[in-house]
Amino acid sequence: MEIKVVVDPVTRIEGHLRMEAVVNNGVITEAYSTGTMVRGIEIIVKDRDPRDVWAFVMRVCGVCTSMHGLASVRAIENALGIRIPFNAEMVRNIMLATLQSRDHLVHFYQLDALDWVDIVSALKADPAEAASIAQSLHPLNSSYTQWGSNSPGYFADVQKRVKKFVEANPKNNLFSTNRWCWGSSLYKLPPAVSLIGLAHYLQALEFQKEICKIQTIFGGKSPHPNYLVGGMACAVNMQDPNAINMERLSFVSELIGKIQSFANEVFLPDAIAIMAFYPEWAHIGGGLHNYLSYGDYPMTSYGDFDYCLQKQGIVMNRDLTHVEPFDPIALDGLQEFVNNAWYKYSAGKNRGLHPSVGETILDYTGPTERFDWLGGDKPYSWIKTPRYKGEPMEVGPLARLAVNYASGHELTVELTDKAVATWSSLADKFNGKPCGITRNSFFSTAGRIIARATDAAEAAEYLGLCYNKLIDNIKAGDESMFNGSKWQPDTWPQDCMGFSLNEAPRGALAHYAHITNKKISNYQMVVPTTWNASPRDPNSKRSAFEESVIGTPVAGFAPDSPEMALSIVRTLHSFDPCMACAVHLYDENGTVVHKIDINTPQ
Amino acid sequence: MKEKSVYEHLRGKGYSRRDFLKFCGMMAAVMGLQQSGVAQIAEALETKPRVHVIWQHFQECTCCSESFVRASHPLVGKILLELISLDYDDLLMAASGFAAEATKEGSMEENYGKYILCVEGAVPTGSYGYCTLGGVSALDELKRSAEGAAAIIAWGNCACSGCIQAAHPNPTGAKPVHKLITGKPIVNVQGCPPIADVMAAVIVYYTTFGRLPELDNMGRPKMFYRNRIHDTCYRRAFYDAGLFVQSFDDENAKKGYCLYYMGCKGPNTFNSCGSMRWNDCISYPIQSGHPCIGCAEPGYFDQEPFYSHLPSVHGIGIEATADKIGAAATVATLAGVSIHAVVTNIQKRKLIRNEENNVKTDESDGN
Repeated sequence: MEIKVVVDPVTRIEGHLRMEAVVNNGVITEAYSTGTMVRGIEIIVKDRDPRDVWAFVMRVCGVCTSMHGLASVRAIENALGIRIPFNAEMVRNIMLATLQSRDHLVHFYQLDALDWVDIVSALKADPAEAASIAQSLHPLNSSYTQWGSNSPGYFADVQKRVKKFVEANPKNNLFSTNRWCWGSSLYKLPPAVSLIGLAHYLQALEFQKEICKIQTIFGGKSPHPNYLVGGMACAVNMQDPNAINMERLSFVSELIGKIQSFANEVFLPDAIAIMAFYPEWAHIGGGLHNYLSYGDYPMTSYGDFDYCLQKQGIVMNRDLTHVEPFDPIALDGLQEFVNNAWYKYSAGKNRGLHPSVGETILDYTGPTERFDWLGGDKPYSWIKTPRYKGEPMEVGPLARLAVNYASGHELTVELTDKAVATWSSLADKFNGKPCGITRNSFFSTAGRIIARATDAAEAAEYLGLCYNKLIDNIKAGDESMFNGSKWQPDTWPQDCMGFSLNEAPRGALAHYAHITNKKISNYQMVVPTTWNASPRDPNSKRSAFEESVIGTPVAGFAPDSPEMALSIVRTLHSFDPCMACAVHLYDENGTVVHKIDINTPQ
Repeated sequence: MKEKSVYEHLRGKGYSRRDFLKFCGMMAAVMGLQQSGVAQIAEALETKPRVHVIWQHFQECTCCSESFVRASHPLVGKILLELISLDYDDLLMAASGFAAEATKEGSMEENYGKYILCVEGAVPTGSYGYCTLGGVSALDELKRSAEGAAAIIAWGNCACSGCIQAAHPNPTGAKPVHKLITGKPIVNVQGCPPIADVMAAVIVYYTTFGRLPELDNMGRPKMFYRNRIHDTCYRRAFYDAGLFVQSFDDENAKKGYCLYYMGCKGPNTFNSCGSMRWNDCISYPIQSGHPCIGCAEPGYFDQEPFYSHLPSVHGIGIEATADKIGAAATVATLAGVSIHAVVTNIQKRKLIRNEENNVKTDESDGN
């Protein structure tokens, strides 16, 4: 029997996502992913001063805040031929790694954890048992860490606090205690482990606000710190109280230590342990077989992708022995389609366009009153469909892991292999039988979640590395933070184009900028969640969300039941959707296809 | 079951009465109250049941929620999710889909006329499909959830004045809350995003006094938006002394001089960045070397270029155009701000002119 299922809103994500699915014989056989909000930011940046655009496009997203600002200043610098000072490059790397660290942590604990951690059962757990499990999971096997005591008293206290909270408003609270499927067989954590998860949910909520202080020191505020075309605005002066000095740098250094500790001693062990209780999810939600990473964390100068800590390339067919190159300039390489989106192209709805010659005309053909179903053979989303040489790609932490692993990246290989070993042994132990967890288990919903935790551990490592490089450089006498040689518009060419390739927390992010007569004439962003959440392309190939949800077992769940919704959002959350990023609108400019003259990165 | 007061909750969570009074004192300080205000806050929190909150997201980037969870004073950070009863917030709530909708409906029905509606984001009016939630347009959703609200808190520049999506040419017809809803008290908590502790304090003010904070003519709480950033900026002394940064990363930038000539909008932006600072008082844009871009002002994205200093900014000149005060006042939507800015700054005009002359002399010297 065929049943139709709708999950809207998908909560615990950034923005507005709707998921429709068709269930046959207890398994999801068809899925439609819809971005339900549009703003048109690319149209708005048209005719603006290129030096200002970072502030506009940063407002694409306040969760991965700073990411689009960084991508924008890089694209503008690429167009204008600006090479920024090494210090500024390192500060940008530090801000990026800060974002990755915080974003992953918030996603795991605040947005994802409640898919796996049963709040209601946590309230009935034995605190002493939780303490003993927590101590055994901790890498130092310790009853006390800087993240608080792993003692029975600590867990009892957490339990007491949350109990009171739930009792205060049992009907309509944030944890939806009486409306969600707590206690269902979908939740498999022993109550004591759920209690650990709940305790760390609260702990992470406190800690995440500490992490962003690094962005505040260099960028002045968080969310939405400041960037600057040509470098960074935070001047360095070791002899002055009103600049980046020893006090500010020590502040950053202290925070880096804490971030590294949390990533390795709390986040990664938690992610692996929780997923070890769900070995079946190591076989669900794998989705696509192609993975794309643009590479990031330049250690010389931006654009020199050979010297990036995060590697660039494509892994096809999950083959971890080989990396294909990515070409950002080839017109038939990166393309976006609108056949299933509410836009049209002048050359026809089924055409694909490279972002450098992209065009879009808003063309809403969807329902104009309350609706129940969107999927089918008509456009159904505000998200365009990016493809590389016609192929869909997954982007994000798992894609980064795949590309780094296949490139022989030492840190990634070490972290990945160690994570697999722990995951496998814990899964066997917790489930009392061999669960067959291998390196390939990463290509799944559970694997994607663990990959985010190893990605956070890597980002924490990069934080330290880039900080040390910054200090070394200042020590060597270079305090420069800004290259003003092309600050004045009269130094710019009449017509130029540039782009940037970046790794946002959610994956590969590209910005393409066209500057004509000192103003933005076209600005385009190909964003991670656009890759993952987009509708089908003209060849009916699905993107990552739709492909991954298909095959999920949902036997016995009513279409509007929490169990049905949970089964679907578990996989969606594993991608950490960011809908505000995914939906944007291209400039209507572009009827004349200009000669492509993109600067190769400096 | 009788609803519990905030104080009872705190006690239940293991906080002592002393912690509680400390918190009340801190909130009173934040809100600029006299000592007697502490007792008022304490009394309110001890006896009043928690306020139910429905938090809606429309055309936004979630930076307001992201700021909110950064609320920095520990006690505030710990209680805010519990001080209020945040019944519906699609960013943080556990349930998805129908169960989420049911929670919202349930709370709105049970607390009809009593709940606070928090709105994050602007609302598109161009087409039904520009923003939908559960198959319903943002506009319908806003109107329906506003109906039973006791008051509306518009978080951030999107909900207060449209922000990025309403910037020229406003492709989706995005509008702020106050242009769509009438007959309800609306608090505009400005900023892109607002400072976390500002958000926290606006809510605490309401739960404490049972009424909205005093608002200015643009609907902003006076306690946070009374001063321009320029008035409380720690670099103000350099401005008064005529010491300015001339180029990013120059010698003056390394000494932390005033960023006026780099385009700082502090002289025209009403917000508490200078006094409260961001993220646990760590810094604010100017302290980190970047000029204020005026993100707490309506229409700030159409006031660019950001790096041009104010007199040449179209529409809202201050010092150099202070002579044309009458002309500025005719720009109706900006009149309130402009006149205030001009009047409080007018006595500085002469000084600034001198400084400008000095700067020009310096430049001709090759500096």
